[in-house]
Parts: sequence; structure tokens; C-alpha cells
Amino acid sequence: MIQWVSRMLVPLTVSYIVGFGILSKRPVFDDFLAGAKEGIRTVAGILPTLIGLMTAVGVLRVSGFLDALGSALEVPAMWLHLPAPLIPLTLVRLISNSAATGLMLDIFSRYGPDSFLGMAASVMMSSTETVFYCISIYFGSVHITKTRYVLPGALLSTAAGIAASIYLVFFTN
Amino acid sequence: MLNYLWGAMILTGMLWGLVNNNLEAVTQGLLDSAAEAVTLSLTMAGVLSFWSGILEVGNQAGLIEWLSGRMSPVLTFLFPQLGKDHPARRPIAVNIIANMLGLGMAATPAGLEAMKLLQKGRDPGSDPNSASDAMCTFLIINISSLQLVPVSMIAYRSQYGSADPAAILGFALIATGCSTLTAVVFCKLMEFGKAVAGK
Repeated sequence: MIQWVSRMLVPLTVSYIVGFGILSKRPVFDDFLAGAKEGIRTVAGILPTLIGLMTAVGVLRVSGFLDALGSALEVPAMWLHLPAPLIPLTLVRLISNSAATGLMLDIFSRYGPDSFLGMAASVMMSSTETVFYCISIYFGSVHITKTRYVLPGALLSTAAGIAASIYLVFFTN
Repeated sequence: MLNYLWGAMILTGMLWGLVNNNLEAVTQGLLDSAAEAVTLSLTMAGVLSFWSGILEVGNQAGLIEWLSGRMSPVLTFLFPQLGKDHPARRPIAVNIIANMLGLGMAATPAGLEAMKLLQKGRDPGSDPNSASDAMCTFLIINISSLQLVPVSMIAYRSQYGSADPAAILGFALIATGCSTLTAVVFCKLMEFGKAVAGK
């Protein structure tokens, strides 16, 4: 069932949107081209970020720091039932999307994207958000300083997303 | 934030390489990673541009507006504080729909506008520096992750040689559902707690 959804999601979404466009009598290909141009610009825009963060993660890995961090985190990882390599990813995820992407790609190249760790990292990254970044831009924009129960609520839902990611991947592998 | 994080990452790596006496490997790793980033973005360019193109088709055809219109009952459930014609309802709906479709560029401006209108339309007697209930609900649900199709993830996975890059979509959908459900239950409990305490 889950595999069926995975397989159908992209074709369904694409046909739905294109069908919707045709029914609304839009010049769908012209619209597509305008959007794709914007997409190229986005990719070009994130390239410097990607280079900066992937080199930073690369340096951390080659120097042996990530391995040392992994072994240092074995105990708390066991306590949280989290695989140790996912702990740095989880923490960085709360602060920066691009830095977390760098760490995830490192997990991909070390263990493979289809390994348990690679799958868990992919699902986890897809089902969580940069908690602290979002809170600061949204509340910062209207000068809210007393955030009340936003942080506990956001962290709780992030924890639920991470737990669901790991259990889903673990029990279906 | 990222400035400190990035600086710390680079310096820690260099220092660690120095202590472990493998600075040569660090230099090589630095060059390799930089090249890897460029290869990666070439693959990304294809998938992400296709997807932005598709989303633009939906956007121009009024898909976001249309879907936002159907959100009304959901909004009434999530934000009982906001009356039927509260101006913040529209940008909230647009933000949620755009987030679900993965249109970050459309989601953030709508979200910021929603915040502004929520701030403007709040109870006159309340502390303007303190988040209102509606703001808390909006932000927690926003952060719970709503994206239905994580397209860039498929691109990353295929670049790193995944046999089935889309295999995670079903899991991601369920995990996103779990985090959003948790967020909704949490917000409802907080509102309920406040109502009980007020009586």
C-alpha cells in the first residue's frame, strides 16, 4: 500500500495539475516554461550555499570529526532509540535546512540512500521543518517576543515526525 | 545563525584534522566536496525546474486559490477564534496549500501576511508582544511540515544512486501526517486547557 502511494504520487500530482490547467484554458506549456525558468534560477541561487555547506560537511567527515561525534553520541542515541548518525542531522535540522541537507547527503554517500539510515534520513528530512528558523522569521516579522507554547508544540510535532520516520522505515525494511 | 554554524563547522574540521594529523586528506576532501556540490546541482536543475514548471501551471490556472476556497471548514476547526470573514483566513489558507504543494516561495509571503493580519486583528486589550492563540496554532501547524511531495528529496536520492528514489514518498506522507496530527492535537489541548482554566 505504501509502495503503491509512493509510485502513484508524482504521476497523479503532475496529471492533476496539468489537467487542471487545460480545463482552465491556460497556455499550459508557456506557463510551464515560465516556471521552469524560475526553477533554474532557484537552483543557480542555491549552488553557492550547497558548495559552502557540502565542503564544510566534507571537511568534518574527512577530518574524522563526524565519526568521533558518532561514537560520542552512542549512549544518548541508544537511550533515545535513535541511530547515532541521525543525531547530528536531527539537531542541525532544527536550525538550518541547507546544513541538514549537507549532513543527509553525507549519510547518502556513506551508507547509500536505500540503506536503513539513508531511508530514515530521507523520510525524516521530508517530514520536519527548520523549527527555530521558522519561529524567528514569522514572530520576528510582527515583533512577538513571548512565544508561549509555540516552541514546545513545534518540538513535539517534530519529534512525532522523526519517531514516525524511523519506525516506519524500520518495520518495513 | 548559519554564519556561526558554518564557521564552526569549517574551523572544527580543520582543527580536528590538525590534531589527527590528516590535513592532507582534509584538503582533498574539501576539493572533492566542492566538485560534488556542482555535479549535484546539475541533476537538481532538471528535476527542480520541471517541478517549478508544473507548479507554475497550477499557480496560473488558479489552483492555489481554488484549493484555498475549499479549506474553509478546516480553518473554522483550526482557528475558532477567527470569525468567518477575518482577513487573515485567506493568507492562512494560501500558506497551508502552498506548503502542501511544496511552493515555499508562495508560502512564506502568505504566511508573513497572515501573521501581520493576525497581529492587527487581535484583541485590543491583549499584550502586543505576546503570541495570540491563533498565531500559536498557525505557526505550530506550519512547522509541523505539510509538504505532500518532497521533490528535491527525490532528486537528491536519485543523484546518490538510489534504485527507487520515490520509494520514500509514502513514508514521508504518513510521517508528515503524524507530525501534523500531533500539532493539531497539541494546539487543541492548549486551547482546551485555557478554556478550563478561564472558568
